[in-house]
Amino acid sequence: MSLKSRSEWQRFEGRQKWIRILSSLSVLAALFIFWETMDVRVSYFADAPVHLYDLFSRMYPPDMSVLPNLIGPTIETFHMSLLATGFAFIFSIPTAILAAENLSPNDVTYGLGKLIISTCRSVHDIIWALIFVLILGPGALAGILGMGMKSIGFIGKFFAEEIEEIDRNTTKAVRATGANSALIMIYGIVPQIKAAFVGLTVYRWDVNIRAATIVGLVGAGGIGVQLDQAMGFLYWGEVLTILIVIFVLVVISEVVSAYLREKTR
Amino acid sequence: MLSINNLKKTYSTGDEALKGVSLEISGNEQVAIIGPSGAGKSTLVQCINRLTEPTEGDVYLGDRELTKLNKSELRKARRRIGMIFQEYNLIDRLTVMENTLSGRLGYVSTWDAFRRNFPEEDIKYAYETLDLVGMEEFADDRADELSGGQRQRVGIARALLQRPDILLADEPTSSLDPETSRIVMELLGDIAERENIPILINIHEVHLAEEHVDRIIGLTKGEVVFDGPVEELDEESKDVIYRGEQIPDDAADMAHSQATVGSDVTDDMTERTDA
Amino acid sequence: MATEQNSVSEKQKGTWERPSTFYNKYTKYALYVIIIGFFAWSFIGTGFDVERILQGYGELTPVIGIAWPPNFEDRFLSLYFQGIYESVGMAFLATIGGVLISIPFAFMGARNIAPRPLYYFARGIFVSTRSFHNLIVGIVFVTAVGTGAFAGILTFMFSTLGYWAKLMAEDIEDIAGNKLDSIRAVGASPLQILIYAVVPQVMPRAVGLTIYRWDSNIRGSIIIGIVGAGGIGLTLINSYRRYEYDVTLAILLIIIAIVLVGEVASAYIRGKVQ
Repeated sequence: MSLKSRSEWQRFEGRQKWIRILSSLSVLAALFIFWETMDVRVSYFADAPVHLYDLFSRMYPPDMSVLPNLIGPTIETFHMSLLATGFAFIFSIPTAILAAENLSPNDVTYGLGKLIISTCRSVHDIIWALIFVLILGPGALAGILGMGMKSIGFIGKFFAEEIEEIDRNTTKAVRATGANSALIMIYGIVPQIKAAFVGLTVYRWDVNIRAATIVGLVGAGGIGVQLDQAMGFLYWGEVLTILIVIFVLVVISEVVSAYLREKTR
Repeated sequence: MLSINNLKKTYSTGDEALKGVSLEISGNEQVAIIGPSGAGKSTLVQCINRLTEPTEGDVYLGDRELTKLNKSELRKARRRIGMIFQEYNLIDRLTVMENTLSGRLGYVSTWDAFRRNFPEEDIKYAYETLDLVGMEEFADDRADELSGGQRQRVGIARALLQRPDILLADEPTSSLDPETSRIVMELLGDIAERENIPILINIHEVHLAEEHVDRIIGLTKGEVVFDGPVEELDEESKDVIYRGEQIPDDAADMAHSQATVGSDVTDDMTERTDA
Repeated sequence: MATEQNSVSEKQKGTWERPSTFYNKYTKYALYVIIIGFFAWSFIGTGFDVERILQGYGELTPVIGIAWPPNFEDRFLSLYFQGIYESVGMAFLATIGGVLISIPFAFMGARNIAPRPLYYFARGIFVSTRSFHNLIVGIVFVTAVGTGAFAGILTFMFSTLGYWAKLMAEDIEDIAGNKLDSIRAVGASPLQILIYAVVPQVMPRAVGLTIYRWDSNIRGSIIIGIVGAGGIGLTLINSYRRYEYDVTLAILLIIIAIVLVGEVASAYIRGKVQ
């Protein structure tokens, strides 16, 4: 690399420049192709606000008389989120142990653990819910298992990472006192991961509340079922009420989960 | 008290860390093992309580042979050996008190340990020991809130709670500043004397060894090349031990050897030792 | 924090209790009881009626009979491809559009740059975007502008706004501290400061975030069709409602395959970039 003359300074040199140019071009090309081949027009964007306003005027004011009918489904939504998270917590622990390089018995179990977690994580909770609706029929159980599977993917991945990061020196010291395997677990490993485990689970519960509000759209229980029905009957006032209830539910769960996670640092 | 016969350790990489080490420690001797990095000092100490498994040889604690014990017998034997580590190895999220009491884990039932139900006398002894090492006021603080020197003192308290027959210290001062190192070495010496037990210290800084122990063992390339009272450690013998390598005696040397000292400690991480 | 839970007399007695995160150990037990109570209530509340489950199971064998084998016939394959193409396209356009509208919001949401009312407005938008699941937002848009890809594009523009703008706002807040002073000191105008100092600083993050959002939006766009907003999800739900379970199963399998392959690919790319 020879010294360049003073006036030739540029922000990006050689190869980097080409990469930038190429990627920008391909993005523009893709943009052009998609725009032309799909049913999108600038006029749509201009009209959208009008349509939205129209919709909200049909929804407003919200029909509060249906609130009593919503209590049951809301409680069911809450139940579903709790059970799904609990289910995931229980099954994530062995799975995470398998998927942790330092605790997994051998390469096969490690691969298996990673596979289970990746699969669970990759598939959306609503797709899982749909699968279970197909297998078990509509109802909360399908929703619970569906959200649970996805949660195993989420919780399991982070649990495994936490386990991989434990300090072996601590367990070494506990071993040196003559403690048995159970105590090495309890004193050496658990204190290191407990805070993270609890925090992650509580976080996932919060996410599951959100998920539980919509799995009803495919028949898997919760307030989503009411929403689907109300939309089917075009009861827009009721739809808005349901949306408000969902919003409140989500906000409450966020506050609670933030509080619990703060407490368990 | 402690008798090591022809102890050998060869790692799966082929590295011969210990090539037949024999030594005896009795009564209440205060012994330091010195030597260049990679000499096998840490391996030797960790082979005694089998945190690292020796390949060949015997280790006798009292009249009990340690290398052939099965898991549960080994656990019982380990109770009698108190160990102090370079990185303190405390349970970070637990309190000082819990860390100290963890020295009794070999003696209480799993359920009691889980419920933190330690016997009254252990609790009293814990407070006394914490007072002895100067950490009583920190009893309810979390271990990760402490400084290095403070943590090491808790580590010493933990080892004492075992009421051991012997104390092993694996580079107890390597992570500490010179002033704190001196305090810790003095503490170790005082305690060994008080409890009337032998103490074996694997140490890097020769001057600390010279100032605080009765007997020096020099280890080089897995073999004992010096074993005698501290008075006999002269320039010539130091040369033999360190074989032309710089003798770590000041901060600069400590830093330099610190970089390479990790090697003989991390080797046993790759070994699947018994849990 | 050192607590005074163990007094001198207790030390002499030889008693000690483990200090707890909670106010005292009674609060802790109360909390455990409450949590277990909630679980029990949920368990009973959702009515785990074994008989009902078995009955439901029995009703399903015909479903499985229709669903298997999954339908990969030629005439459907083109439909599947169209669906996937539409999903990818939606995600792409929505990401670009979303990032474009996010840019002003990102500045609005930076406490040290934007005037108070704008700041609160922007932050309010961020919160509302996150409170509603994509599917719900999708429903609203579908109802407003009709089924099809456009609703999907709007949905993901909205969600990109919430994430991209919010994270970039935080980034901008971080740099708009003292780093700006040095550029200000040479007498540059606010716009110059923006272009010369702020933008280059946030660019790498912006690009990375955009790619991350694109990835996220693709996963979302695959299923957003369930509420009618276009893409392969729409094909899926249509087949489901028409009892064409073999098509449904085929699409489910395709979706799972796409997502898994995507995961592997992005892990590979991430590994290479690192």
